[in-house]
Amino acid sequence: MRFTINGRLHEVEPDIRTSLLDLCREHLGLTGPKKGCDHGQCGACTILVNGRRVNSCLSLAVMHQEDEIVTIEGLGEPGSLHPMQQAFLHHDGYQCGYCTPGQICSAVGMLDEIAKGWPSHASTDLEQVSLDDAEISERMSGNLCRCAAYPNIVDAIREVAGADARTGSDVGA
Amino acid sequence: MKLFDYQRADTPEQAAASAVAPGTRFIAGGTNLLDLMKLQVETPERLVDVSRLELAKIETREDGGVTIGAMVPNSDLAADPHVIRNYPVLSRALLAGATGQLRNKATTGGNLLQRTRCYYFYDVATPCNKREPGSGCSAIGGVNRILAILGTSDQCIATHPSDMAVAMRALDATIVTVKADGDRRRIPMAEFHRLPGDRPHIDTILEQGELITHVELPSPPPGGRHAYRKVRDRASYAFALVSVAAVIEVEDGRIAKAALAFGGLAHKPWRDPEVEHILIGQTPGKALFEAAADALVRDARGFGHNDFKIPLARRTLIATLQDLTGGR
Ligand SMILES: Cc1cc2nc3c(=O)[nH]c(=O)nc-3n(C[C@H](O)[C@H](O)[C@H](O)COP(=O)(O)OP(=O)(O)OC[C@H]3O[C@@H](n4cnc5c(N)ncnc54)[C@H](O)[C@@H]3O)c2cc1C
Ligand code: SF4
Ligand code: FES
Ligand code: FES
Repeated sequence: MRFTINGRLHEVEPDIRTSLLDLCREHLGLTGPKKGCDHGQCGACTILVNGRRVNSCLSLAVMHQEDEIVTIEGLGEPGSLHPMQQAFLHHDGYQCGYCTPGQICSAVGMLDEIAKGWPSHASTDLEQVSLDDAEISERMSGNLCRCAAYPNIVDAIREVAGADARTGSDVGA
Repeated sequence: MKLFDYQRADTPEQAAASAVAPGTRFIAGGTNLLDLMKLQVETPERLVDVSRLELAKIETREDGGVTIGAMVPNSDLAADPHVIRNYPVLSRALLAGATGQLRNKATTGGNLLQRTRCYYFYDVATPCNKREPGSGCSAIGGVNRILAILGTSDQCIATHPSDMAVAMRALDATIVTVKADGDRRRIPMAEFHRLPGDRPHIDTILEQGELITHVELPSPPPGGRHAYRKVRDRASYAFALVSVAAVIEVEDGRIAKAALAFGGLAHKPWRDPEVEHILIGQTPGKALFEAAADALVRDARGFGHNDFKIPLARRTLIATLQDLTGGR
């Protein structure tokens, strides 16, 4: 099987049952995506597939051979961090760090969804999307943080979004 | 996870033909099937990958209705400008379900066919008629807080967990399929999902190998007011305890049309013609809404932990009608 991950082509023959998450972690040494639950419930495994955030634990690798896959490693490296990675550092958007790669990939995908004008459950007007704290919390509800670093995660995302998002202080998943 | 053969389909007809053998399953987003395969609740021998089929378009028809390809991701459907404008109840229902990541993978066809979230269905160590026909139902007399109060049988009290399907039921959607022998059929949403009866292992009327290709929505009712109200244990990322999809038209101070479908109450998106009949032609108001709510739960039966759903369903319906009509 052939995969394009973080701009590099990989040829591997994993078991047909292998998820994208296990492919990255067990076969390619990309241990950024984390296994929290393996059932789509925590978001620690979030990666970008063709630019869209998805749960890699519920993705069968064999189904994604033509796709452009990006993990946290592909967003940025020490020395050349992605703005979202930089903002998480700046705002202490983590404690233990286990959920962080998923949070960051999810936040990057989420801001792209906002840019496309996609509404969320928190949007009062489905046709006019604006980004406040309530929107950030709702849109990030698929990423749980056992350390409850939520306030700082929202701060980091707000900074990158450049949004004046001070309304709705209801932060959490 | 049990080992399986994997094959990718090139056309809908080929997908259907190659899935005719028992033990074969389609896989689209995989967000439900893979979850269940990891737990060996589902143990298909062969997967037919339908995710690359050219069924990912949302098209507006000449009559103003829309035709939704079965592979359209839930995210794209919720954000489609035509859907937002003319079927906001559908956008709202989709956005109330799962998470951003899951909606990016979950497909229209897969969402309709997602399986129940009954705890025992997921726990292979316990009896469950849906998972293992004839083994018994652990939820009756067990923990049943999230389970059904309407249309249950003594074999199964599971609910259908989809939010999207509830909105599609209110909108009178039609499911379009292709069968293994190449025949096509059109199934009204009302007939698509089954009640459990004495065969709770069968969720829908689809045959082995029958592929959903599209979902059609009839042209939107002009002037309809839409709402999707979902009551759940936390504000986001939880399945519905009770939900209501409502499309109401008020003309000259009276309710001209009412389409009301309910989630969390039954084995299928629930709709009761009597509830709508009570409302139509009447002036909105508290007493009227109470009468409709009484009709909704007339035959409801709780199983202990889920008794609370009976008053909750009443109140959720009344609140939704108040919101949409301003009637007090
Ligand atoms: C943590 C979590 C939370 C969730 N919360 C919600 C929620 O709040 N509300 C909600 O509504 N849903 C929720 N979901 C469920 C989610 O919406 C479904 O998993 C998803 O819609 C299934 O779509 P899929 O394309 O991934 O299906 P798959 O997993 O690919 O398939 C599901 C089933 O459908 C069959 N199938 C798929 N496509 C077709 C087709 N075209 N024709 C015939 N058969 C087909 C498959 O064989 C399989 O049996 C949640 C899921 C998770 C994991
Ligand atoms: S309610 Fe249905 S799904 Fe749940 S244990 Fe009983 S038979 Fe199984
Ligand atoms: S590991 Fe994928 S969502 Fe938890
Ligand atoms: S930082 Fe520890 S789980 Fe989020």
